[in-house]
Amino acid sequence: MTTPEIPQRSWSQRWHVKGVGWTALLVALLVGSSKMTGVDVGMFFSNFDQFTNLLVRMSQPAWSYVPIIIQPLYETIQMAILGTTIGTVFAVPFAVLAASNLVHNQWLRGIIRLILDLVRTLPDLLLAAIFVAIFGIGSTAGVITLAIFSFGMISKLFYEVIETIDMGPLEAMESVGASKVTIIWYAVLPQIMNQFVSYFLYTLEINVRASTVLGYLGAGGIGVFLQRSLSEFDYNKTAVIILATLVVVMVIDGVSNHLRRVLL
Amino acid sequence: MDQQPIISFKNVNKIYNNGTVGLKDINFDIPRGEFLVVVGLSGAGKSTLLRTINRMHEISSGEITIENEPISDYKGQSLRLLRRKIGMIFQDFNLIKRSTVQRNVLSGRVSYYPTWKSVLNLFSAADKDRAIRALERVNLTEKLYTRADELSGGQQQRVAIARTLMQDPKVILADEPVASLDPLTTQTVMDILKRLNQEDGITVIVNLHSVALARQYADRIVGLRAGAVVYDKEIADVTEADLTKIYQTA
Ligand SMILES: Nc1ncnc2c1ncn2[C@@H]1O[C@H](COP(=O)(O)OP(=O)(O)OP(=O)(O)O)[C@@H](O)[C@H]1O
Ligand SMILES: [Mg+2]
Repeated sequence: MTTPEIPQRSWSQRWHVKGVGWTALLVALLVGSSKMTGVDVGMFFSNFDQFTNLLVRMSQPAWSYVPIIIQPLYETIQMAILGTTIGTVFAVPFAVLAASNLVHNQWLRGIIRLILDLVRTLPDLLLAAIFVAIFGIGSTAGVITLAIFSFGMISKLFYEVIETIDMGPLEAMESVGASKVTIIWYAVLPQIMNQFVSYFLYTLEINVRASTVLGYLGAGGIGVFLQRSLSEFDYNKTAVIILATLVVVMVIDGVSNHLRRVLL
Repeated sequence: MDQQPIISFKNVNKIYNNGTVGLKDINFDIPRGEFLVVVGLSGAGKSTLLRTINRMHEISSGEITIENEPISDYKGQSLRLLRRKIGMIFQDFNLIKRSTVQRNVLSGRVSYYPTWKSVLNLFSAADKDRAIRALERVNLTEKLYTRADELSGGQQQRVAIARTLMQDPKVILADEPVASLDPLTTQTVMDILKRLNQEDGITVIVNLHSVALARQYADRIVGLRAGAVVYDKEIADVTEADLTKIYQTA
């Protein structure tokens, strides 16, 4: 040991064994699972003309349909906003309790996370079916379904954001003699606010799209009209509905981008 | 000293959960109004010692008394009231970066309000005025409405001191308050701490890495090594040779 030696990379480091291994494993999983579930990728390409055929039939949107769908579209947006907001209100306290840097009690955190996992496991179509059965056809069932779906999604997104914050300001607020709620309000909230807003809007966007599907089950909004146009093979109306939904999603996206820039 | 010590350590030990010895049989008193500097190698236990005083760390055995009251039983509101009279300054300032200087300074006052008032920002006019005067003490009034992350490191540390002043503290704990500052800013921040000590009679306990700074500002220097007090002298008795010995390894 007279001359300083440059450390040698090990054999596995040099040939990137880890990276190659993971890639191979992923490819194997992908191929294996498509084999097992019987997905035929070839069929997608051989039947592609079906798809183009559909596009052609949708290519002349029935613009006269626009005034008719304004009202249900409006209802869809209302449902999405209401559902997302209700879900978020409940998600915030759960997200705080699930964050490992704020709650040191492993039991409490474990139970909260179990509840959240459970909620996220419930398929939203199942929820919609149940609530349509309880509340009857209409937007109430839709709003509750979206609220539960948003709750599950937002609470997870939120607690993951909370776990990345800088703990320094919390330490300072604790040393000042602040109560727990005050600490969260002063030291946590400002650090997560803009990510919260952007996740809220992202969920809202998903909910606008989801509510079109929920309409199928009679949960109100534009989905009812989408289902009707499809079952009547009236694809020019379908095109209008899709375009209108696209506009709404784009508007939300624009608002989201703007708010993120302002809040940063 | 004819008066009672403000802080007193009696046989204090601290062992971390993973078995690391944080503090070993600490015994000493801190008289009211003293400017105490704690020195020692990295890992000697300086931060641990400081944080046991405001119960940010719990001790394993022994007793710490503040104004003759044992502090280990405090819980909830009484613990918050203890912390209210002990200000703390950090190496990384720990300001709320996205908030204004005003909000940061006012946040030092929240323990005087019920939670709902702090949350709704219902600070009295007197306390808003107090915030301005706290900023005057650190020469930063003109930054009242600036966002904290737009300030230099030295300015942020001065805001942190102003926040501490809002507590109306009897003791200020400073954990390497100048470690991330340049030499000139270092002097400014240390001068402010010294002034609070002399003009307001606040007891100041500072962890420092710089021996030169320790000698310049301290009334008394305590040296730690492996969690134990290995040195404790009034500044008049401190010699250069002593200090180099504290910083010798093994
Ligand atoms: N949370 C913790 N869990 C376990 N051990 C810890 C913890 N915090 C500190 N220690 C250990 O306790 C000892 C004292 O640490 P402390 O942070 O008090 O040292 P320090 O003198 O402040 O060092 P520095 O000058 O680097 O800040 C070290 O050996 C450290 O590794
Ligand atoms: Mg330290």
